[in-house]
Amino acid sequence: MTEGIPLHYFLIISTLMFFIGIYGFLTRKNLITMLMSTELILNSVNINFVAFNRYLFPDKFQGHFFSLIIIAVAAAEAAVAIAIIINIYRRFKSIDVQKVDEMKY
Amino acid sequence: MPDYSYTLLILLVPFALFILIGLFGHKFKPIVSGIVGTSGLGLGFILSLLTAWNYFFSHGHGEGYKAIIAYNQTWLRFTDALQVKLGILLDPISVMMLVVITTVSFMVHIYSIGYMKDERGYHRFFSFLSLFSFSMLGLVVATNIFQMYIFWELVGVSSFLLIGFYYQKPSAVAASKKAFIVTRFADLGFLIGILILSYTTKTLDFLTLTDPNGPAITHAGGATFMGMSVITWSLIFVFVGGAGKSAMFPLHIWLPDAMEGPTPVSALIHAATMVVAGVYLVARLFPIYAMAGTPALEVVAYVGAFTSLFAAVIACTQLDIKRVLAYSTMSQIGYMMLALGVSGYGGHEGLGFMASMFHLFTHAMFKALLFLGAGAVIHAVHSNYMNEMGGLRKYLPITHITFLIACLTIAGIYPLSGFFSKDEILAAAWEHNKIIFFSAYFVAGLTAFYMFRLYYNIFWGKETHYHHTPHEAPKVMTIPLMFLAVASVFTGFIPFHHLVTSDGMPFDSHIELGVAIPSVLIALVGIGIATIMYRKETLMPGKMAKSLKHLYQWSFHKFYIDEVYLFVTKKIIFRYISVPVAWFDRHVVDGTMNGIAWVITYTSNLIKGAQSGQLQKHAFVFVTGAVLLVVIFIYLW
Repeated sequence: MTEGIPLHYFLIISTLMFFIGIYGFLTRKNLITMLMSTELILNSVNINFVAFNRYLFPDKFQGHFFSLIIIAVAAAEAAVAIAIIINIYRRFKSIDVQKVDEMKY
Repeated sequence: MPDYSYTLLILLVPFALFILIGLFGHKFKPIVSGIVGTSGLGLGFILSLLTAWNYFFSHGHGEGYKAIIAYNQTWLRFTDALQVKLGILLDPISVMMLVVITTVSFMVHIYSIGYMKDERGYHRFFSFLSLFSFSMLGLVVATNIFQMYIFWELVGVSSFLLIGFYYQKPSAVAASKKAFIVTRFADLGFLIGILILSYTTKTLDFLTLTDPNGPAITHAGGATFMGMSVITWSLIFVFVGGAGKSAMFPLHIWLPDAMEGPTPVSALIHAATMVVAGVYLVARLFPIYAMAGTPALEVVAYVGAFTSLFAAVIACTQLDIKRVLAYSTMSQIGYMMLALGVSGYGGHEGLGFMASMFHLFTHAMFKALLFLGAGAVIHAVHSNYMNEMGGLRKYLPITHITFLIACLTIAGIYPLSGFFSKDEILAAAWEHNKIIFFSAYFVAGLTAFYMFRLYYNIFWGKETHYHHTPHEAPKVMTIPLMFLAVASVFTGFIPFHHLVTSDGMPFDSHIELGVAIPSVLIALVGIGIATIMYRKETLMPGKMAKSLKHLYQWSFHKFYIDEVYLFVTKKIIFRYISVPVAWFDRHVVDGTMNGIAWVITYTSNLIKGAQSGQLQKHAFVFVTGAVLLVVIFIYLW
């Protein structure tokens, strides 16, 4: 199915996704959007794993399993993050990350 | 060796009473602590008399009186060679002191039951009195110089506590601090003396130190410093401690102020017992003074003679009756010191030593009597000033008679006890040093004069109209007065030259008429002048004061010694030493610390913005760092 698509296509896609995620994480003020950005970062890693597995070791499955583990961890992480965000909302009546600066000096 | 272990009780009973009354006294009626304290001291009094009887008369003493170690216990063990022991040493002077202390302390306890009635802190007073009795007894029976130093400080503390008994009165607080600081300052000298002495002789033990064949005396010719042997220097330093405790010039300034304490305390501590601790100290080390440190003994003699003259002159002009007695005490202690100073060791040469101890004994009795009598007078008229008194003989007959006996005793009229002891002192001075003799002789006249000035001003003189009629003190106060009056009359007949001598051997002594007759005569002259001037209210004292204006002023202001001390401390020590030191501390020492703190605060203010709490800023730094690391690892490594 992927015959004819060279590896660096996948790598370019995943790199773009990674830096879009970083950019989103650093610039978005909304905590939910930041959570989405982290998902983008994680997924770019997943693409890398799967692509390298397919092109370098076609008869092995380690890359796939890593991707599955990352998806599971990401789901758990999303649950925790949303719980944190709900608590932040209850306390600050906002989910603006810049208002959450209790931990400063 | 006869068993003297019961002497331990004489010490332990007052100590137990101090703890008991101090901790539980407030739970009972005040009178309970008074009676318990008094009966404890009564027991000590009986035991001391028993000890004296056994020591002096009961057990054989063919070759003179030997020192006995009744009890000795290692208390602090540094090395095998250096150990501090606590124990009981019985020799003629310590047994005599036991009797003096317990007698006076017992009488003062009885007296205080009446005198301190209705005072706040009744049980506190009695617990401190017990503490004092314990410390003083421990001091006199010390077996080594270090134990003596421990108890020496303890009597200083109890004196401090009792002078400041009325702690609401600022003057009492100031007086107690002054007494403590001045004597502490002197004790520094004592400590240095102890250290030098024990370093040169390698022992702390009194028996070894005072042994005529011991290391202290045989090695005295060793090292010298500024022309005098090291032993002599150490003895001079030890004497500084003794001078502080015994209020010798120029460390006497605390004693008159110490009269702020309750009168029984003045009688016990500042007349009869603690202030003679300095005399006792010199007497305790006397063999070394006499055989290895003659220059130190001369210092003792001249300081004693000067103080006795100096204090007698001041006593002539003071108006506060307790201060007159305080200066009189200083003068009499000066007598004891000069007697020690002119004495030699052994046999008839040791006349001065014997006379000094004799005078210590009789002085304790009659001076305690004088103070207790003054207390009864103050109790009756509620004033310390003799110009607010007069004509009291009708109101206070018992106090009047006992006070008169005490005045005659201190003046040295035959056959009262003061005559005998003073006569021995004058005889000893005559044999050794004519200058000191004439000074002491003059002081004898002055003593008679100022004591009778006091007596006439209180009991005769002008008729004063009192707000309410003065009344005689209760029996519990007059009985000690009568007991001490009897003691003052008869203790002169105790044959001290057989009992308390420098080497323990009895020697023959008799009244030297050539000294005795002039000394009684000058006392009579002093009494006569006082009678003319003060028996009736006359203009003579005022005229005398005018004609001797400068002398009178100087004497009235105590020769401005207090002012000199204030000048030296405030204007010189405080200004030129304390102020720069304080400046150095505040600006340099504190400044360094403050500087370090300031640098740290400043730096942290500069960099604390990094901890902004902004999640995205942190993340940005993290990412930048990661990118940088990547760049470094890939391209620059």
